[in-house]
Amino acid sequence: MTYGTIYAIVAIGFNIIYNATGIINFAQGEFVMLGGMTAVTLNQFVPMPLAILLAVVLTMIVGAVIEIVFIRWLYKPSVLRMVIITIGISILIREIALHIWGESVRALPYFTGSSVSSINLGGVFISSQVLWVVGIGGLAVAALTAFFSLTMLGRQMRACAANRDAARLCGIDAKNMVTLSFVLSAAIGAIGGAVVCPITYVQYDSGTPLAIKGFTVAILGGLGNSTAAVGAGMILGILESFSIWVLPTAYKEAISIAILLAILFVRPSGIFGSAEAARLKEF
Amino acid sequence: MGRRNFAIAEFAALIVAIQLGTSLTGTGYYLTQLTMTAYYSLVIVGLCMLIGYAGQISLGHAGFFAIGGYMTAFLTTCDLKSDHGAFVSLLERSGALVSRHDVYGGSLLTVHPWLACAAAILLTVVVAYLVGGPILKLKGHYLAMATLGIGIIVYRIVLGTEFLGAADGISEVPGFPLPGGLVITGDASSRISNYYLAWGLLILGMVLLLNLIRSRVGRALVAVHGAEDAAEAMGIPTARYKLHTFALSAVFAALAGVLLTHYNGGIGPSEAGVMKSVRYVAIVAIGGMANLWGALAMSLVLNFLSLRGYFGTYDDAVFGVILILIMLFAPDGLLRRHLLADLKRIVSRNPDGEEAP
Repeated sequence: MTYGTIYAIVAIGFNIIYNATGIINFAQGEFVMLGGMTAVTLNQFVPMPLAILLAVVLTMIVGAVIEIVFIRWLYKPSVLRMVIITIGISILIREIALHIWGESVRALPYFTGSSVSSINLGGVFISSQVLWVVGIGGLAVAALTAFFSLTMLGRQMRACAANRDAARLCGIDAKNMVTLSFVLSAAIGAIGGAVVCPITYVQYDSGTPLAIKGFTVAILGGLGNSTAAVGAGMILGILESFSIWVLPTAYKEAISIAILLAILFVRPSGIFGSAEAARLKEF
Repeated sequence: MGRRNFAIAEFAALIVAIQLGTSLTGTGYYLTQLTMTAYYSLVIVGLCMLIGYAGQISLGHAGFFAIGGYMTAFLTTCDLKSDHGAFVSLLERSGALVSRHDVYGGSLLTVHPWLACAAAILLTVVVAYLVGGPILKLKGHYLAMATLGIGIIVYRIVLGTEFLGAADGISEVPGFPLPGGLVITGDASSRISNYYLAWGLLILGMVLLLNLIRSRVGRALVAVHGAEDAAEAMGIPTARYKLHTFALSAVFAALAGVLLTHYNGGIGPSEAGVMKSVRYVAIVAIGGMANLWGALAMSLVLNFLSLRGYFGTYDDAVFGVILILIMLFAPDGLLRRHLLADLKRIVSRNPDGEEAP
């Protein structure tokens, strides 16, 4: 469940940017890492809730900077070019993180209780942090859904995603919407990173595996469909925990990638997506 | 003598000149890095063929490099002495096994490097065709992610498998004997001969690829790259050409892996890492996607600097920055035939370049 939630959060981050721009941001996992890392560092100076809030804001700024510096002024870039640029950005963030924080593994303290304490939920004992992860993850997803369907800004973003030219004709600033999509996906990534890091720990290079699993989940649920991504995240999380029974832990990461490949080969539109809709999208 | 042959001859002359230069100035130790550069460049030119001419990105070529390297390393270091099965004795009688001594003087019975190399190439071809079939049907993000996935699976397997040395990799791989008493090894005494072996192989690879590009196949690939549907309509079996090119570039990577493993005397999991794959793509990109000579030139400069440790702890970051800058400002690569024209255009501030004065 915990892992499933974090994968779903990363996948939603992918979806936000994909929907607004048609770009897969390979640096999405780095947002999660940045969120966790900055929260841990700031927690040394300020109380934890404030540290997490500041970490999210900082990561949002990073997201905005990335969009403004690298993406904004490109005119109709090819997919290959965008793939390579975002991979380059992810390497850059990772290397900067390595030089700031070193190779050490960090973690936030548990929000409530400790790593050994657990809560009895009708006979099942689970760690309180798992509840925090699922709760905050669920809240973030709900907030995003509300944002996209209820607020004017959210509707404008969806308009841009559906048809950028038409949106522009209606007086929507499409470029700012793209920036906003990077900011939003950075925010949700950072929230996920901060919430989950007491359990999973965070290191300078923990972004890439998350990005790959998030991408798997995004594909599994059908690119661009955030509700399906939550379901797909849970499926992958559960599959992964089962795989440990059959195969050595060292191969755990290979499992999710094998699933990804299998889905790509058999059904690139995802389990919950329609093949019809997938054909209309640009890859 | 055509222009192509002339370029090859110039290149060969340059290689000889470098060797003589280092010998005369007493900087022979550079040859070690230069030899490794040549082997890494073998991966680059193979990948350039795939990305530039077949138009298919691969972010998993370090995986093929590792398949080659690990296969040969495992076969040439795995002691079969205690195993007296029928297959082993058959191999022994056919001369496929060699007995040698390890560094502690103990005797070992291992597979002959030539056989190990053949097995490595065979395995690579099988893997390339198996995964290439479904993978090359994908496009864009999906293809990039799928090839990246293949690379990571290989990385995870070599990292998690005990008999492949897990995080330590495999060491004490013997040299690779060649006819005429030559042997591929990192021994300082055979530095010069190994330098020529590596560069000779690279030239051979270049000649092969350059001829391939000029052939019917090469023209077909250019058509596939330009407009796949149109090519298909012209009767070009696009899927088959893409698959063959994928396998060819994988073999180039695996061969580099085999030879470099024998040269270094070992291989570790970092060779299979994602960063290596990304680095290969970065070098192809900076050299100019469809430009074998450009990719080769960039590979020589960047690999050599990296191997000499000029980038220090910023090694990976340097390649990340290179990737971003190239893709932002010169997506067709730095070394292009029209580079001079481009410069002229920039200087004369005439971005369309149509009526450059």
